[in-house]
Amino acid sequence: MSYEIKLDIFEGPLDLLLYLIRKNEINIYNIPIALITEQYLAYLEMMRSLNLDLAGEYLVLASTLIHIKSKLLLPPDESEGEEEEGEDPRAELVQQLLEYQIFKEAALRLENRPLLERDVFTRGAPGEAPSAAEEEGEAMIEVGVFELVAAFRRIIAGFDRPEELEIDAEKMSLIDRINEIMEMLSEKQQMTFVELIGDRTDRRRIIYTFLAILELMKLRMIRAYQSGPFGAIRLFLAVEE
Amino acid sequence: MEEKVAIIEALIFASETPLTAERVVEILPGTDKKEIVLLFGELVREYEQRGGGVCLREIAGGFQFRTRADLAPWIRKLMTGRPAMLSQAALETLAVVAYRQPLVKAEIDRIRGVDVSGALKGLLEKKLVRIVGRKDVPGKPIIYGTTRKFLEVFNLRDLSELPTLRELKDLQE
Repeated sequence: MSYEIKLDIFEGPLDLLLYLIRKNEINIYNIPIALITEQYLAYLEMMRSLNLDLAGEYLVLASTLIHIKSKLLLPPDESEGEEEEGEDPRAELVQQLLEYQIFKEAALRLENRPLLERDVFTRGAPGEAPSAAEEEGEAMIEVGVFELVAAFRRIIAGFDRPEELEIDAEKMSLIDRINEIMEMLSEKQQMTFVELIGDRTDRRRIIYTFLAILELMKLRMIRAYQSGPFGAIRLFLAVEE
Repeated sequence: MEEKVAIIEALIFASETPLTAERVVEILPGTDKKEIVLLFGELVREYEQRGGGVCLREIAGGFQFRTRADLAPWIRKLMTGRPAMLSQAALETLAVVAYRQPLVKAEIDRIRGVDVSGALKGLLEKKLVRIVGRKDVPGKPIIYGTTRKFLEVFNLRDLSELPTLRELKDLQE
């Protein structure tokens, strides 16, 4: 069994590249690609030997560097006009580095702001406000897909009478059902699984409702809570207004 | 102190979230937003002049009492547990969302040069970032933006209080 250690030394390949540029005191607009590529690859090798989890992005940038280096080695393209110099193959990478550098600075500024519950405090309110469910005094546990599937089975089992054979003209799509559910939830704040299905026993409707709920949970737009095993599953909007 | 100012002060004190002028207008009949904004300003000045441990700050479009930042070491002794800190990856991702919103995940990936799925998920869970909608292009990717809570946590009146990207860029040159 191997253990992988992930050390967040660098926030990604761009971060490593910026570090090398700073370490070598290089002008970012005139990066000596050969030198930087060599050092970059040496770092990757070191990280690999330390068994650090090397994300694929590091390798992508390595190949970009090598590609740029090979372009620089080629003689300038004769077919291009003499005045119109071919674009520096490094230009795109430099742009990306500059942009990333700005956002790194922005992140630093964010961190240095007076942060709530680190530097500034409001009146006796540590942590988050209790959710609607907690206010009702009913202890809720967040449920996952398996509990939902179990609830779905119970509901389906409840409709044991044969489905009426009727050509259903009502066209239903998953998107419509998702929108309906979001609308109902934003109106009522919370609904149970059974309420959402309603008293219509149309199998397709139940299935679409179920699929819509799964999709919404996957997108983290709603959350499902249950007060205990086999309790009613309540669905809440997970997105802030 | 004018009675209305006293009422507003009490409302801000009792409110759990930053109190907006609109909310005060709803509560105090016969007032308008302009008047309330002026009274908010009066209160802010009063607290500034007093120079005490509590400040009245404009946060996320409303007003809220907050302790003075330099007093944090004492308050931390009162609190149990450590403040939840954001990782560097989370902060960088949050900065990109804050400045470039509304935007899709691919754009954040491109700027940071890494897959930001994990960081983004954490920010969604912390309610600092939210899903704004879906982009009307093939695949309908999710569009993200920052939340009101982001403004509250980072002590911001609104997004314009952040330094502009140009300011940050000029700083580096």
